[in-house]
Amino acid sequence: MLLPAYGWLLVSVFLPLGAMLVFSFLKTNPFGSKAPLVFTTNNYLAFVTRPYLVGVAWTSLRLGFWTTGICAAVGLPAALAIARATRGRVRQTVFLLTILPFWTNGLVRVFSWTMLLRQGGILDDLVHLAAPGAASAGLLYSFPAVVIGLVHAYLPYMILTCYLAVASIDDALIDAARSLGARLPTVFATVVLPLALPGLVSGSILIFVPVIGSFMEPRILGGRIGVTMGTVIEDQFTQAYNWPLGSALSFSMLGVVLAIFAACSGVLRERLAA
Amino acid sequence: MTALGRGFLALVLLFLYAPIAVMVLMGFNASDLYALPFSPTLHWFSELAGNDRLIAATRNSVLVALVTAGAATVLGTMAALALSRRSFRGKPLLRLLLLPPIAIPWLITGTAMLVFFFWTGIGRGLHAMILGHVALAIPYVVLVVGTGLAALRADLEEVAMSLGSTPLHVFWAVTLPLLAPSLIAAALFAFAVSLDQFVVSYFLAAPGVATLPVEIYSAIRKGFTPEINAVSTILLGASVGLFLVFAALTRIGTVERR
Repeated sequence: MLLPAYGWLLVSVFLPLGAMLVFSFLKTNPFGSKAPLVFTTNNYLAFVTRPYLVGVAWTSLRLGFWTTGICAAVGLPAALAIARATRGRVRQTVFLLTILPFWTNGLVRVFSWTMLLRQGGILDDLVHLAAPGAASAGLLYSFPAVVIGLVHAYLPYMILTCYLAVASIDDALIDAARSLGARLPTVFATVVLPLALPGLVSGSILIFVPVIGSFMEPRILGGRIGVTMGTVIEDQFTQAYNWPLGSALSFSMLGVVLAIFAACSGVLRERLAA
Repeated sequence: MTALGRGFLALVLLFLYAPIAVMVLMGFNASDLYALPFSPTLHWFSELAGNDRLIAATRNSVLVALVTAGAATVLGTMAALALSRRSFRGKPLLRLLLLPPIAIPWLITGTAMLVFFFWTGIGRGLHAMILGHVALAIPYVVLVVGTGLAALRADLEEVAMSLGSTPLHVFWAVTLPLLAPSLIAAALFAFAVSLDQFVVSYFLAAPGVATLPVEIYSAIRKGFTPEINAVSTILLGASVGLFLVFAALTRIGTVERR
């Protein structure tokens, strides 16, 4: 019963990851040559031999921090608002509208931002409507544009995980704190935030991990300045054909991802068990 | 506080949906430079009918998604049944092994598949995409069907057994009919996962054999035209339709009332 599904996963996920690990130690592409395989660890020294990669990795991390931070700052209040300020059909509708974007194509959503952000785009029109003669916003092909696109792509994750955490907070807890004289900020910091923390953490992981591996958002919204680890890896496989280097970079990123999962495994396990 | 909360939610939903609305509207706008004022036309949609590449890509997308939905639903359901109805050692590990396809960034899984498939001679193309998509969809199917199985009363199966039914007959006569909504929901989910999948398809696409998202990506990189809006709108419509059926089948959003 289990064999077909796990066999399929073995062939399509686990063996490929293993093959990529081997590949990352190869000196050159082995295709089309009868020469014996030559192994090297040089691909993993890329950050030393190609110093520009350090800057690229830093861009990826900055994208991750900004996107995750903004998603948390917007997502938690939004989740609280769904749990506290809506009920019945309104809540159901808002909830469905929040998770609907999961089902739509990410590429299409990134593309939609180019309509708004480009020079002379809709956002520019709105700015000019409010303040004629203002300079063009023309945000497209900038770091903020990439962050906006990524927040748009991943905000629903944060709202969902935070909502699952705060929906179960008992009203009596908040009433009790209030009746004992706690002000709203105090209630938030001492009652709501600790209870929402598991949702915030799992949401942050769900966002940070794919963001540092993103490549189409920086490519489309960042243009020339959108060089990230994701686009560098994409280039190694589709343009430069340096697959061993691409494999090593991919695997380094996997290491970072696994380290994040390991560091947060306690919180994640609680959520999975719930 | 309530008014403030609702106002904030309205802003968040505006942020989530305004760009998509603009994108869709521009697909119906006559200007090929996305210029206003808005003058409605179906020109860009009729233009698609003559775009052989896009039509071929759409056919590929639907084909891959159909095969993925079928294969992932059968394999995932078998695994879900074994995981929920039997007890054996190593079950936590097997559950853990379902996470990598979901949790590892597609960029990493996609490039790994490319390396492995190329190396073993499986190569690129639709068959490689199907191999990849099914693997990505199986964990979701196990999750959806597993949730359905958990809600299904095990005592009904036991009653049928105690009345002398064989396990196979119990499965066909009791479990399967009760499980049908979950199975359809899982198949829809797998179909949507495959239809919207871009990253893995992108790396596994053979020259001249692409799916719709891959074709859209290369079109965007060449430059923006309203034709991309039109085809994106169609893809968006398909996803939203699938979602509405899925939501109705699984009754998500009504969880709190159960």
